[in-house]
Amino acid sequence: MKSRSRSLLLIVLIAGVVIALLAWAISFVLNRSGDASAQLTQQVTPELVRKGEYLARVGDCVACHTSHEGGKAFAGGLGIESPIGTIYSTNITPDQATGIGRWTYGEFERAMRRGIGHDGSALYPAMPYPSYAKTTDADLQALYAYFMKGVAPVEQKNKANDIPWPLSIRWPLAYWRSLFSPAPQASAGADAQTATTDDARIARGAYLVQGLGHCGSCHTPRALTMQEKGLDEQSSTYLAGAELNEWAVPAIRGIEHWSQEDLVEYLGSGRNRMASVAGEMKDVVANSTSHMTDEDLQAMAAYLKSLEADTERAYRHQPERSTATSDKLTAAKDLTLGERLYVDNCNACHFVSGGGASHVFPRLDGASVVNADNPSALIHVILAGAQTPSTERSPSILPMPGFAKRLDDSEVAELASFLRQGWSNGASAVDAEQVRKVRSLLSHDPVGERTLEASEAQ
Amino acid sequence: MSNITNDEVDVVVVGLGWTGSLMSIELAQAGLKVRALERGEDRNNADFTYPKPADQYAYGVRNKIMVTPKDGALTVRHSMRDTALPTRQWGAFVPGTGVGGSGLHWTGVLIRPTPTDIKLKTYADQAYTRGQLEEGMQIGDYPFTWEEIEPYLDKFDKICGLSGNTGNLQGRIIEGGDPFEGPRSSPFPLPALKDTLNNTMFADAARKLGYHPFPNPSANVSQAWKNPYGNQIAPCNYCGYCSKYPCLNYSKASPQTAVLDSLKRMENFSYRTNANVLRVDLHADGKTAKGVTYADAQGNEVFQPAKIVVLAGFQFVNVRLMLLSGIGKPYDPLTGKGTIGRNYAFLSVGGNTLFFKDKQFNPFATAGATGQMFNDISPGNFDGPSLGVIGGAKIHSSQATGTPIGTALPAGTPEWGQGWKESMNDWYGHSMKISISTGCMSYREHYVDLDPTYKDPWGQPLLRITFDWRQNELKLQQYLRGIVRDITKELGPDSFSESFLSMDSHWDITKYVSTHNVGGAIMGDSPETSALNRYLQSWDVHNVFVPGGNAFPQNFQANPTALIGALTLFSAQAIKEQYLKNPGPLVQA
Repeated sequence: MKSRSRSLLLIVLIAGVVIALLAWAISFVLNRSGDASAQLTQQVTPELVRKGEYLARVGDCVACHTSHEGGKAFAGGLGIESPIGTIYSTNITPDQATGIGRWTYGEFERAMRRGIGHDGSALYPAMPYPSYAKTTDADLQALYAYFMKGVAPVEQKNKANDIPWPLSIRWPLAYWRSLFSPAPQASAGADAQTATTDDARIARGAYLVQGLGHCGSCHTPRALTMQEKGLDEQSSTYLAGAELNEWAVPAIRGIEHWSQEDLVEYLGSGRNRMASVAGEMKDVVANSTSHMTDEDLQAMAAYLKSLEADTERAYRHQPERSTATSDKLTAAKDLTLGERLYVDNCNACHFVSGGGASHVFPRLDGASVVNADNPSALIHVILAGAQTPSTERSPSILPMPGFAKRLDDSEVAELASFLRQGWSNGASAVDAEQVRKVRSLLSHDPVGERTLEASEAQ
Repeated sequence: MSNITNDEVDVVVVGLGWTGSLMSIELAQAGLKVRALERGEDRNNADFTYPKPADQYAYGVRNKIMVTPKDGALTVRHSMRDTALPTRQWGAFVPGTGVGGSGLHWTGVLIRPTPTDIKLKTYADQAYTRGQLEEGMQIGDYPFTWEEIEPYLDKFDKICGLSGNTGNLQGRIIEGGDPFEGPRSSPFPLPALKDTLNNTMFADAARKLGYHPFPNPSANVSQAWKNPYGNQIAPCNYCGYCSKYPCLNYSKASPQTAVLDSLKRMENFSYRTNANVLRVDLHADGKTAKGVTYADAQGNEVFQPAKIVVLAGFQFVNVRLMLLSGIGKPYDPLTGKGTIGRNYAFLSVGGNTLFFKDKQFNPFATAGATGQMFNDISPGNFDGPSLGVIGGAKIHSSQATGTPIGTALPAGTPEWGQGWKESMNDWYGHSMKISISTGCMSYREHYVDLDPTYKDPWGQPLLRITFDWRQNELKLQQYLRGIVRDITKELGPDSFSESFLSMDSHWDITKYVSTHNVGGAIMGDSPETSALNRYLQSWDVHNVFVPGGNAFPQNFQANPTALIGALTLFSAQAIKEQYLKNPGPLVQA
C-alpha cells in the first residue's frame, strides 16, 4: 500500500511538474504576441511629439510612473499596493541604461497594448494594458515619439517589487492576460478631427474613456480574479462604481444629476457648480483631464452620459425635507449633536442649505460622496480635508481643513450621520467604528500635480 | 555669510503684496521673466483654513501677520524741532509683511476716489481764493485724467469681485449707489452685501437729513466670483474676521485669493521669501538700476540682476529704499527742493458710539466692509471754501466685527473687574457707530527722511516721519462732529459717546486709526515736485517703477486700495506697451 501510494504521489508530482513546465513553456509562446522589432512608420516631427505629449496626459502616465517623494516625472518608483504585495512603477524616461531609451517601437507597443515587458515577461496588470489595448497604432506611435524625444532622460534604477515568492512568479500572468485582456483592436473614435456629429463624438469619448483614459481601472468593479468586470458598454457593470483603497468610487454611468457641461467642468477644472474633486481623482484631474481639450472632454462627457445608469439613484430632491433641515439649522434650537457639529464646523462654507457655493464650496445636499452606500470617502474628507487642484482653467487652490484633530470618532460619526440624513439625503447612519477604521488608514502621502520637464531636444 | 549673484531676470519685484502680485502677473503675462522678493514668510490659503484665523488675541491684538517692530520700525516726531523716537509697538497704523502683505489683512473696503479727488489742485485753484487755505499746504493733481484711469479702476474692481451698488454708470445716476462717484464704465461686478440693523438705521436717518447713503463698496464678496485671472473668491459668510485677519473663507479679495494661484502657475515667474531687499544697485552713471541686493534667511547678501526694478513694498518701504539707494534727490523741507520723502500724509478718524438698550445689533454676524456711507462731504460736494477748509470725509456706519476685546461700553464703565463684566453683559451688541474717515492734505513740513540715530538690524537707518495735525484737518473734524451729532440726534440713542479731535490735538500714534499712510514718493507732472511720473516711473532712474500709496500727492477721504490697484495696472500697461519697446523715460520732463 505504502509503495503504491508513494508511486501514485510520484506520478502526480511528475505530471504536475510536466504540466507546469508545459504551461511555463506555452507562456513564452503567449508572450510572443506582437512584433518586438516593429519600427515607427511615421517620421518623428515636433507635431508628433506634441501629440504624444497630449496622449500621455490622456493616459495619465505621469501619475503612476512618478514617485510621490519628489520623484522626477516618469522616472518611476511609485509603490502601488496590490493584494499580493507592492508593485513599483518603472522608469519610462528615455534613459539608455535605466529607462526605456533602448526600446524599439515594437517593444513599446507590446508593453502598452499586450502587457509584455521588454524582456518578454508578462507585466502586472497594475499597468492598465487591458484598457490601453484599444489605443490605435497612430496614437501609440505618437506616444513613443514623445517618450523618446520629448521627455528628459532620468537615470534612476527600477525598484524591485515587494512581492514574496511564489506570488512573484510572473509567467502565470500570461494566462491571466490571455483570458482577461483583449487583443489590440481598431477603434472608431481614434480621430479627434472627425468627431463632429453626436455619434462620432460619443465614439471619440468611448475611445478616450475605455482606452488611454482607463477610467474603468477605478470605476469598474473587479472580479475575484482581479480583472475589470467589463471593459466597455457591452457590460452593465462597466463603470458601475467600485471600492478602492477604502474609498467608495462612484458609478459614472449616465450621471443623471450632472449635465454634460457639469462633467466637462469637473474633469477640466476639478470643480463645477455642485462638487469639487477629492481623493485619487484629484490627481487624475490635476495630471490628466485638466490638460485635455474642451472637445475631448465634451466627447468623454457625452459618452458617459450615453451610458444607461444600471441602478436608480437613491437620492431624490425633496424640497420640504431640505427646507426643514435649513430651517432647523437657522433656528439653531434643540439641535442634535450632529447638527450642532455641522453648524460649528461646516456651516461657514457649506451653509445651512447644504448648498455650498457654485465652483467654490461643494454642495452637500445630494452629493454622491455624502449619499454613497459606503461612507468611507465622506469620513475621509471630514477627517483629512481636501483641496482643489490648481488647474489652468481654475487655478485657485481652495482647501477644506481636516477635522481629525478637532473631532473624535463618535463626533465624526454623528456629523456624518447628520450629513447623510439631513436635507434630502438618504443614506445609512455611520458609527464610530467606521470612523476609527478610516482614521487608522489616513496617510500623509502628498498628492498633487507633477511637473513635466521637457527634454532639451524638443 | 557670503555674496551670491542670482541669474538675471527681466523684472525684479520687491514685495509680494497687492502691487507686487499685480505687477508680477501683468508683466509675466507679457512673457517677461519675473522674480518677486518678499521680506516675510510665504503664506497660502491652506495656512488660514477655518477656524485658525478666528483668534482675536493672536491676530487682532498681537498682530500675528503684521511686521514686527524689530523688522519694520520707523521713527516718528511731530515737527522738525523734535527728536524722533522709534515705534516699539504698533498703534495708529499696522503695516503687514509676508506674501500678501497688507493686502492680506486689509478690511476690504474698495472705494474709488472721485474725479475731483484726483484733480484736487485744479479744484482748489478754482474754488478757493488765494490765502484762504492754510500756509504750507502742497496739494497736487494726479497726472492723468479720470477717463485715463477709469478702465484700470474697473479692471481692479473685477479682480476683486467688488460688491455693492452702482451709483454712476457711464454718466447715468442710479439710485441706491453713490451719486457723487465718477462715471464707471461697467456696473459693480456683484450685488451689495446684506445690510445689518445699524446700516438701515443709519441710512434712513442720513436720507432724512438729505444725504445720499449707499452700501460700503466691498471686496468681501457677496457671491462666488471668478476674476479675470481665473482666480476664485468665495462668498462671504459674515464671520467678522477681516481687518487684521487673513480671511478664513477665501472671501476677501487679496493677493492670495485674487492673483497668486494663477501667478504661481506661470513658469516665467518665481519668488523668494525671507528675502529682505537692502538697496537698489545703480549703474555708475546713476541713470539706471542694475538690480537689487537682498539679505536672505541665512544672512547672505544676494545680488539679483534685473533689467527693470519694481519697488512694490508698503509706502514706507518704497520711500526708504529710494533714499537708501540714491534714487532721486531727498526732499529738504527748508528749501522745498528734492522730491524723495515729500508730501507724507495720513488720515484722521472719529465718530460717535450710540447705545440702545432695546436694540440687538448682532455684531458677530457681519463682514469687515459691512456698512453704509455717504460721500456728500467730499471736495466739491459741500461748501468747503466758506469754511476755509479743503478735503472731506466719508461718513459711515460700519460694523466691521463683533470680536469681544475692545467692545464699546458706555462712558464710566470700569475697565476691568465685576463692573466691566456687568457692563459687557448689558451692552455687548447694543451699540452702533457713526464714523468719519477724513482726507489729509500735504504740507511743506510733513515728510519722511532717514533717521540720523536709529538703525535696523542690517545697520541701515530707519525711516523718520515728521507729521502732525494741522488747522485744516482739525477744523474739518469740528465741522464733521456737527453732522455726526445731527444724525445721532435723529437716531435717538439712550446714550452716546463722542470721539473727535479737538483744535489743539496732536497726532497720537498709540491709538489705531488705519494703515492708510501715503505720499513720500509722489507722482506728478514735474520732476521738481514729484518723484514719479504718471506711469510711476522714477524721473531719475528710468528702469525703476514704484507703485503704491507712496504715489498719492495727498490723502483723499476714500480708502486707498482701489486707486493703488488701478495705478499699478496703469503702470504695468505702460511698461508692456511702451517701455519694453523703447526703454527710457516715458514722460519727457
